[in-house]
Amino acid sequence: MTPTLISEPAPALAVPPADPRRRPRVADLGTPLLYAASLSTALVLAGLLIALVGLSPWDAARAMYDGSLADGAAIGQSIDQAAPLLLVAIGSVIAARAGIFNIGQEGQLLVGASVGAAIALFTPGPGALVLILALLGAAVGGALWAAIAAVLFYWRGVAVVISTLLLIFVANQAVSYAVNSPSLLREKAVAGQVTTSQTDMLAESVWLPRIGEYPDFNIGAGIFIALALAAGTSVVLVRSRLGFRIRMLGLNPKAAHRAGVGAVLIGGGALLASGAFAGLAGGVMLTGSGHRMQDGFADNVGFDGLLVALVARDKPMLAVPVALFFGALRAGGGFLSATGVPRYIVAVVTALLVLATVFPAAYAEVRRRRTAGA
Amino acid sequence: MIDDLAMVLASSVRLTVPLAFAACGEYIAERAGTINISVEAMMLGGAFNAVWGASLTGSASFGLVFGMLAGLVIGFVHAEFSHRLSVNTYVVGLALNALVLGLTSFLLDSVDLTGHQVDALNIPVLSDLPLLGPVLFAHRWPAYLLVGLIPLVWWLVQRSRFGLELRAAGENPQSADVTGIDVRRRRRQSVLLCGVLAGLGGAYLAVGEVGAFNQNMTAGRGFVVIAAVIFGGWTLRGTMAGCLVFGAADAMRLALPALGVHLNSQLLIAAPYLLALLAMMFLAKTHRQPAALGAPFVRGIV
Repeated sequence: MTPTLISEPAPALAVPPADPRRRPRVADLGTPLLYAASLSTALVLAGLLIALVGLSPWDAARAMYDGSLADGAAIGQSIDQAAPLLLVAIGSVIAARAGIFNIGQEGQLLVGASVGAAIALFTPGPGALVLILALLGAAVGGALWAAIAAVLFYWRGVAVVISTLLLIFVANQAVSYAVNSPSLLREKAVAGQVTTSQTDMLAESVWLPRIGEYPDFNIGAGIFIALALAAGTSVVLVRSRLGFRIRMLGLNPKAAHRAGVGAVLIGGGALLASGAFAGLAGGVMLTGSGHRMQDGFADNVGFDGLLVALVARDKPMLAVPVALFFGALRAGGGFLSATGVPRYIVAVVTALLVLATVFPAAYAEVRRRRTAGA
Repeated sequence: MIDDLAMVLASSVRLTVPLAFAACGEYIAERAGTINISVEAMMLGGAFNAVWGASLTGSASFGLVFGMLAGLVIGFVHAEFSHRLSVNTYVVGLALNALVLGLTSFLLDSVDLTGHQVDALNIPVLSDLPLLGPVLFAHRWPAYLLVGLIPLVWWLVQRSRFGLELRAAGENPQSADVTGIDVRRRRRQSVLLCGVLAGLGGAYLAVGEVGAFNQNMTAGRGFVVIAAVIFGGWTLRGTMAGCLVFGAADAMRLALPALGVHLNSQLLIAAPYLLALLAMMFLAKTHRQPAALGAPFVRGIV
């Protein structure tokens, strides 16, 4: 069959499949002015929204600042919020680079956190060891949850986008079941106390250590894990053979297939890795801040982390500042209640910013195509 | 016994109606090549705007129009971003889902809403039939729109010139393009139609069945709608069957405890999603999807 291989049309190799998220090059990003205009439009829209319901956008901005940047404690909060977002984002980047769009991080995070909680609660041993086991277990849990989608895709051809999305709702209920079952994770009854649907508090020895001085400035160790993994992922993606294969698979699956890159192994592996990162994010949230599982544990971190990856255009190192910014938004949102502005404005701002960041590149691309006369 | 059966069946139909409206739209969008995950946003936005519109005008029926408008606006944003600017459709969908969830939650805390509900319409004579009467002929009036809408959508997609071009855009956009069909325009139009119908579905849920808006009211129903289209193998009747199955699963969740059957509540809540996953698992290989589904169209060499 060699002749047909050679006569394979060249354009398939020359032109990557049209994935608009990856298309824009630095040269045609358009002017930074367009970005500035686009981002300020998003912020102005959010401000207008607050003003329209009769509240003060300035108070809201002030409160957001107080909660996220005003002093050491606030900055520490922002960084703590950024850690799981960054972890989720790195995972999303890996999958996206392999051409797989995993959008079920919210569920993978939740499953990971539950596995981590089970290990942290029921494993005897020295605290540090149990902590490491819990974090690893969380990663494995997230990866296994993503593996369901991987199996469905490679075995039965079910679209990853849809299966990961639906698995979020299944994960929600599975975790809720575990947290409500006395035989599983529900907190143990103490005589004369009513148990609620949450797990026991983790022993303090398995909490992620905090660095710095309370209350002036202290941050959890989670951000260091996240930063190290971001740097590592960046190097692997750009410099290693594995990273080359991942990117090749994403840019041109046909060429990758001809070159002997196993779609199941590399693509499935990337999907599992993204689940593992989401699970680890859950583990970090569990051991770093919440210390127990309860309703609303995931708190949209999975979705927001995914948005971080989108804004960072699938670059792990660019995800760091974006995650810090989104973390600051989340931390600031906690301070909004005093101003009467519903904290949901943070979600609105986040989503508007995502649209605002994809707009300029896409617009520049459209203009480039028009002037090229295509 | 027959009363219980009638109750469960009637509630299945009631829970199916909002899904069916939205699924008609999603079916159109998918046949034109867009996996439109912002259908969730369209339904949620439609639900909120319907209640808001009803509060402003004092009429639940006007609320339905407001709901459709909200869906249309969300569809417009999605269509412009993904089929004019060529932004990845999932990126747009995710952002819109987050935006509308945040926006409706924000506004729910900020504006005054009053409950409104459209009138029930019991078809004379027929609604007195045993079993069939309460199941099929005693619903809120917009539900009967489906009787006309489903054949209309079928005709539009399968028999009209517009539908032919739409399907061409979903099957082979390159060929469609060289025969002079404006692929992106057809796709934009399909998303707009999806927005109107999904908005109507959400509006029906809010001012038709519940009579009020709660935070994140649709709670993933939009994704169930996508699953229904896949379940139905991208045919309209299969899609409607899918809606009925998922609606019935939802009805079981509400009805079983009342009937004294004790099943795990988490399992019942997860049931529609599990069913959808199972259905896709068994049907994904046998059902052929539109060939260019989910692939953005860029004119030129590919």
